[in-house]
Amino acid sequence: MTATEPAPTTSRALDEIKIGGMGASRKRVEDNRFLRGRGHYVDDVVLPGMLHMEILRSPVAHARIVSIDASRAWDIPGVRLVLTGEMMATRNLAWMPTLSYDTQAVLATDKVRFQGQEVACVIADDPYIAKDACEAIEVEYEQLPVIVNPTQATAPDAPIIRDDKEGQADNVIFDWEVGDRAGTDRAFAEADHVSTIRMHYPRSHPSPLECCGSVADFDRATGKLTVYMTTQAPHIVRAAVALIAELPEHLIRIVSPDLGGGFGNKVPVYPGYVMSILASILLERPVKWIEDRSGNLISTGFGRDVYLEGEMALRRDGKILAVRMHTDSDHGAFFGDAQPSKFKIGLLHSTFSCYDIPTAHLTARGVYTNKAPGGVAYRCSFRVTEAMFFQERMMQAAADELGIDQAEFRRMNFVRDDDFPHRTPFGFLTDSGQYAKCLQVGLDAIDYEGFRREQAEAAKQGRLLGIGISCMTEPLGAGNSREYDILGIKMFDSAELRVHMTGKAILRTGAKSQGQGHETTWAQIVAHELGIPAEDIVVEEGDTDTAPFGMGTYASRSTPVAGAAVAMVSRKIRAKARKLAAHLLEVSEEDVEWELGRFYVRSAPDRGVTIQECAMAAYSNMPDGLEPGLEANAYYDPPNLTWPFGCYIVTVEVDPMTGVWDVLRVVAVDDCGVRINPMIVEGQIMGGLTEAYAMSSMQFITFDADGNCIGSNFMDYLLPTAWETPGYELHEVVTPCPHHPIGAKGIGECATVGGPAAFVNAVMDAVKQYGVRNVDMPLLPDRVYEAITQRHDVSGAPPIRTDA
Amino acid sequence: MYPSRFRYEAPRTIDEAIQLLHEGGAEAKVLAGGQSLVPLMKLRFAAPELLVDINNLPGLDHLDVAADGGIRVGALCRHRDLERSLDVAQAQPVMAAAAPLIADPVVRTRGTLVGSLCHADPQGDWAAVVTALGGHVVAQGPGGRRDIAITDFVTGPFQNVLAYDEVAVEAVLPPPRARVAGGFLKLERRVGDFATAGTAVALEIDGDRVVRAGIALTGVGSRTVDARAAADSLVGQGLTGEAIMRAADLAAEAAQPTSDHRGSAAYKRHVIHTFVTRILTRVSQTSEAAA
Repeated sequence: MTATEPAPTTSRALDEIKIGGMGASRKRVEDNRFLRGRGHYVDDVVLPGMLHMEILRSPVAHARIVSIDASRAWDIPGVRLVLTGEMMATRNLAWMPTLSYDTQAVLATDKVRFQGQEVACVIADDPYIAKDACEAIEVEYEQLPVIVNPTQATAPDAPIIRDDKEGQADNVIFDWEVGDRAGTDRAFAEADHVSTIRMHYPRSHPSPLECCGSVADFDRATGKLTVYMTTQAPHIVRAAVALIAELPEHLIRIVSPDLGGGFGNKVPVYPGYVMSILASILLERPVKWIEDRSGNLISTGFGRDVYLEGEMALRRDGKILAVRMHTDSDHGAFFGDAQPSKFKIGLLHSTFSCYDIPTAHLTARGVYTNKAPGGVAYRCSFRVTEAMFFQERMMQAAADELGIDQAEFRRMNFVRDDDFPHRTPFGFLTDSGQYAKCLQVGLDAIDYEGFRREQAEAAKQGRLLGIGISCMTEPLGAGNSREYDILGIKMFDSAELRVHMTGKAILRTGAKSQGQGHETTWAQIVAHELGIPAEDIVVEEGDTDTAPFGMGTYASRSTPVAGAAVAMVSRKIRAKARKLAAHLLEVSEEDVEWELGRFYVRSAPDRGVTIQECAMAAYSNMPDGLEPGLEANAYYDPPNLTWPFGCYIVTVEVDPMTGVWDVLRVVAVDDCGVRINPMIVEGQIMGGLTEAYAMSSMQFITFDADGNCIGSNFMDYLLPTAWETPGYELHEVVTPCPHHPIGAKGIGECATVGGPAAFVNAVMDAVKQYGVRNVDMPLLPDRVYEAITQRHDVSGAPPIRTDA
Repeated sequence: MYPSRFRYEAPRTIDEAIQLLHEGGAEAKVLAGGQSLVPLMKLRFAAPELLVDINNLPGLDHLDVAADGGIRVGALCRHRDLERSLDVAQAQPVMAAAAPLIADPVVRTRGTLVGSLCHADPQGDWAAVVTALGGHVVAQGPGGRRDIAITDFVTGPFQNVLAYDEVAVEAVLPPPRARVAGGFLKLERRVGDFATAGTAVALEIDGDRVVRAGIALTGVGSRTVDARAAADSLVGQGLTGEAIMRAADLAAEAAQPTSDHRGSAAYKRHVIHTFVTRILTRVSQTSEAAA
């Protein structure tokens, strides 16, 4: 070593993790106010002169309304308004359109069609008076026969539920099909073996901790209607109100403040919102409606309630030749599925997307019943939950029948890593994944071979152990405008970024967080693109007067669509900042290079300016001809859905004497592409697994033969507590999304979608020796016990069985 | 969730409370822990005109475990106090087994054993425990105090024998005459769920002979079931496999379950059989191990 060597030019790029950029497990900024009790929810909105609304609901499931006498309610001091269906009808608001091009009663006029349906509402000085007045309304019902399942709905002598609809001669909503019928028939004819299975995916409910509610405030002086409401999609609501109520769109402001969870429950427009709006217009006073728990569980958007007849054509060596499925879906009294596709049964035909299936055919029939409307909500991306549950239950049954190992059967039928892009049997295009690797990571983590030995040993002592696998790729994102729209509005999303002169910024998007942590992760994307520390960026959503037009948050679409818009708007800002940098550095733009947080001169890396200096220049020292300011917006229309992959493996022990089963271990391997905030992603997965465990073990809404809802309170509709919720072991594989600007895929719903089959498959594996092929969810102890002792499949379809 | 209008009083003495109840008549209700009454009021299934809050009354929050093993539980003694009491754990294994299974931690912090007995929910847990132990309730009214055996106290679903102006001031569990053993098992779908079926077994054992037995069932009838024949079949016996099976058979026979969304009647009966068998088998194994 002789002379001193010149110091190497070191990068001055910021440490991305330190500024809270991509990959940082940054603490959720919104939790600061939530944990301090300083969140601001709809029920926290108090306006001067505000009145309170309560809803009278039908106690019966199907009845003609003979008369409604509200005179005693009007007589109660403090009552300002009593609305009935008849009065709504005078304003043409007794019925409203649903997102599935059906109609739904706002307040019943002719008859009630499900227990809990809205019959009247009272607006009073306080909610106690309103409730008292509801009880004083006398309604005479003439009871009609009740339908609680598709078999009853399609019986020849079934009463017609929707006799309000012209030309509706039965209870069928749609008969729909997709796939290749002839090709599938040919494949079945050539099969060595045909595996068949029937099951019911029960009705469940998103049950967010915060129920629905609204505060409608119509100002006669300005003509402006402001509605604070629990909605996951404020702009869609604004459009709907403009179209339904025929109010001018620029005079409607929808504000969705902090939301206490959504899970899809807060996508539809509910009668309560509409009534509070009309009441505010009529009374010219703010009107608050806060739904109670029973109202939420008994009347708002539910999930599932789908019956499957599944068939699989198999070659002896385990190759799947074709899949045939028929579903009967129970939509309740109104077809109110909140889903944006032209497909009648949502994205159910995304089933079997991770397997290489030559041909498939699906027929789907939807029916009306005397149950609450809704149909896709509960963290499921438009019936993908059913699709993947049915798929993985069919996979298990087929493997067992062929005598092939569960893992091996999946592995041999997976789409291979080099087969992308891959056209699924029903026409979706998947673009990336490492399915076999994910499965192997899961098998290694759970010690698959070791558990099989342990299982065999335990069996010698009469103990029942089981292992269940569930693998799936699912379409997440609810986007691309070619194929998806809501009321004609295309499924893009948006972001607007304003960088202030000191380099701090405000970001607004058309999405709406309801617990997903947008305020944290969106700032991380901006930090990644611009090098502005995440803590210098405030994120705002949910106010249609300020947020750019977007389609809201559901179907795991925030990161795939709005998140992409955030990246794109940041890049627009960077492009303008580059011009400012060139001006400040007195070089031409082509000579300016970017590294995280700063521009520098290519030939002289020490000469640089930070993004903050560029921001200052945008307001104080802009070059001639350049518009001042550093703001931009971006609308993003994704080229495809994103396709994350999940592999969930569960082990259980079943008590043969009681049917009680305990979870031993849960291993989850998720590939959601690039993770923006790994901690939040893991939280999403754990929450999803907990909901999967809930649905498989305890959670359902059912009905008795009279249409009484069982599950309309938290005594009957069970949410698992920390006590019984199992622990989770999480693993990751990263296959970036090829078309997303930062390589991310949806993750919010994966574990809820893929998880249930893992739990059920594990219990079915444990009781396989009894010849049982299916027990419907939830796998309540009595159902498992019946399966073991009676050696038959157990249906959970309503009505519930009683002694009578 | 908005209850009907009601009057609320929080008296400072028991006499004042009794006077208020007397005035309120059938429309008055006592508020202790409020874990059943308040939800029922919010659902408007219950709409009392007067609530007499006894939480300010002195001398009702006791949990006394006497040297002879007798236990007195005051009307304001919370489930949590029972759950955390080492004295109870040593004196009465049945109570110690049941206490952590009552509802969930939030409810246990406020709810009371005596309130649970008064509420007389057919799926309640404490009534089964107190029945198995042969306890009684002490009621105080305008005419003074009286003891009411638990089997007489509960008269039907959500019904007790108290006069409208009586307050249940404590529950009393008699001192055992021999070594105590037993257990409490309940099938619930989730923590805090009501029992699909549950069983309390209380034994007193002298040497290898059962000298007193109580078996009571919850969730399998319109009120707590006192499986007297099952319990009596054990008295004077050792806990042999045969004796255990006979008691389990008789207990399952005593159950009067109905089918609902928690399970079929046959299943609930079977669970009772299994639970009685399991508790008695465990007691016999522990006794053998001790001997």
